[in-house]
Amino acid sequence: MAKKTYIEAIRETQSAEMQRDPDVFIAGEDVGVMGSAFGQTAGLLKEFGMQRVVDTPISESAIIGLGVGAAAMGLRPILVIDFIDFMAVCMDEVLNQASKLRYMLGGQVKIPLVIRSQIGAGIGAAAQHSQSLEAFFTHMPGMKTVAAATPADVKGLLTAAIRDDNPVLFIEHKTLARFEGEVPENDYVIPFGKADIKRAGSDVTIVSWSAMVHKCLAAAESLSKEGIDAEVIDIRSLIPLDRECILNSVGKTGKLVIVHEAVETSGYGAEIAAMVADQGFDLLDAPIKRVAAPFTPVPFSPVLEKEWVVNEEKIINAVKSLF
Amino acid sequence: MNLTKDQMLNLYETMVKIREFEEKAKELMLGGKLAGFLHLYCGEEAIAAGVCANLNDKDCITSTHRGHGHIIAKGGDINRMMAELHGKATGYCKGKSGSMHIADLDIGIVGANGIVGAGLPIAVGVAFALRYKKMDNVVVAFFGDGASNRGTFHEALNMASVLNLPVVFICENNHFGMSTPQSVHQKIKDISVRGTAYDIPGKTVDGNDVLAVHEAAAEAIGRARKGGGPSLIECKTWRHYGHFIGDPEPYKDPEEQKKWLATDPIPRFAKYLIESNYAIQADLDAIKNSVREKIEAAVRYAQSSPDPLPEDIYSDVYAG
Ligand SMILES: Cc1ncc(C[n+]2csc(CCOP(=O)(O)OP(=O)(O)O)c2C)c(N)n1
Repeated sequence: MAKKTYIEAIRETQSAEMQRDPDVFIAGEDVGVMGSAFGQTAGLLKEFGMQRVVDTPISESAIIGLGVGAAAMGLRPILVIDFIDFMAVCMDEVLNQASKLRYMLGGQVKIPLVIRSQIGAGIGAAAQHSQSLEAFFTHMPGMKTVAAATPADVKGLLTAAIRDDNPVLFIEHKTLARFEGEVPENDYVIPFGKADIKRAGSDVTIVSWSAMVHKCLAAAESLSKEGIDAEVIDIRSLIPLDRECILNSVGKTGKLVIVHEAVETSGYGAEIAAMVADQGFDLLDAPIKRVAAPFTPVPFSPVLEKEWVVNEEKIINAVKSLF
Repeated sequence: MNLTKDQMLNLYETMVKIREFEEKAKELMLGGKLAGFLHLYCGEEAIAAGVCANLNDKDCITSTHRGHGHIIAKGGDINRMMAELHGKATGYCKGKSGSMHIADLDIGIVGANGIVGAGLPIAVGVAFALRYKKMDNVVVAFFGDGASNRGTFHEALNMASVLNLPVVFICENNHFGMSTPQSVHQKIKDISVRGTAYDIPGKTVDGNDVLAVHEAAAEAIGRARKGGGPSLIECKTWRHYGHFIGDPEPYKDPEEQKKWLATDPIPRFAKYLIESNYAIQADLDAIKNSVREKIEAAVRYAQSSPDPLPEDIYSDVYAG
């Protein structure tokens, strides 16, 4: 194990997979010479050259389209769309092409591509650079969606994403860039669909992903001082979802709070809540609670943004309302 | 076209106002007073000033992430701009926008934009509405060299062409899309050639020469006003700083930077004004001093303005 930042883990995982498999390449805006705005691809151009680290024009449709075509021919593209907000301008290539080509073509092709993109508010980047749009991509059969909360999870999930034979959206969080954690050496793969219990507890189940996991952990610490022992589950992979882990935990605690940064309405929390209501109704002894953002775009003003983003206090209040 | 002395000095004042606003914004950002992203327009002032001097309050513009210059040149109120940068309730967008989405619909500023290339099709729609209402006004869409590779650029030019709409597309070619040099992101040197594909007149001008920009814009805007359809003008320029504050610019060649700094549009125009007897140095100094005072006042206005209230999060999501 060695301590690494979230960004270092992203960079090193890509480098390791590119060394392992000559068919892996990266394409996106400013990924080469600049090494990406936050350094996620720093040094890779030097290490692998221009054929495998491609600085593209600002042409998102063509970036994802290039990935779809190259993947259909057997390459394994890592496509970078810096902010998930920009995915809106290349949605056809994701929704109508990447995610359903295999099905439509009767299984003739595999589309083993990865799209790396950041979600999240908290840096005053306003409504077009702060959204958490992960739920959009969970509504696309054929697509897998994962989100890493720690540097170790970055390594395990990104490695799995690159080796997966399907299109995978790998979600990063911009406020975690400098977050440090121990990262396993050598080959490390986290199979999709395996949630991680980041804190074991017996009184209430808190389910979350990405940066919110850390706020849930902080809330759980505060709650423990008041005698509430919370279990914090980081689902890590939204599609496929580890239903068993969630249901087992709810079976133990009888209470479920789902926390995410995206707006509450039609957020992925709704899917989890519906799944538990359907398959775990008898396990519950309280209503399922969601803690998520209000149904508004992300405001710029730091005062408003702070209010908008889910915080520890809102999580604590939601948990306490169940007791 | 011959400009009067007043018009000349107005152009100068606009450029200085943009420069001083940006330098102040930079200082505030580095001093930790502003949140978010800040993309400075320093070095490109001649374009906004030269183009917008041809527009009236009913004419419209769409702008970009690097939009402060366009907004100032179109007559935007620097107090409300500065307040918006500070996220204050008195800002142009009540603190909802920050630097990247400032708008003033009352004077035709339909909005800056955080999505590269998003302003072009919107400009086409604004032009459609102006013609629909039988107004003789025009729309200017500002965008960068990088944006000219987005599909929206091509779709908007073609649509404006086939519908013969009064849009003037102003490409600010500062030779980089973020870190990517123009030579890496496209094979053409003059983006104006892309007009040909859509049967739109295309012209390339020295974007650091405010009079050259003014003249080219006057011709294109005049044509659009008379029903002559869209035009594409490429203005070659250079941004003095990084893509955003905090960009270390490893991709810029120091020699190139030096070469371009020597063509800084502001001292260049100052020299012209003095040599052509439009002004003496003291006149130009006086303009600069009065601009600086206004900008200091704008900062005071912004910093003494109230923050939005928490419940303002919920306002303006829907109309009605
Ligand atoms: C659709 C989209 N893709 C990428 C970005 C990220 N981005 C912001 S500005 C920029 C460079 C834009 O270059 P250019 O159009 O030349 O304008 P300049 O910054 O040089 O003024 C990029 C890639 C974005 N905001 N929107």
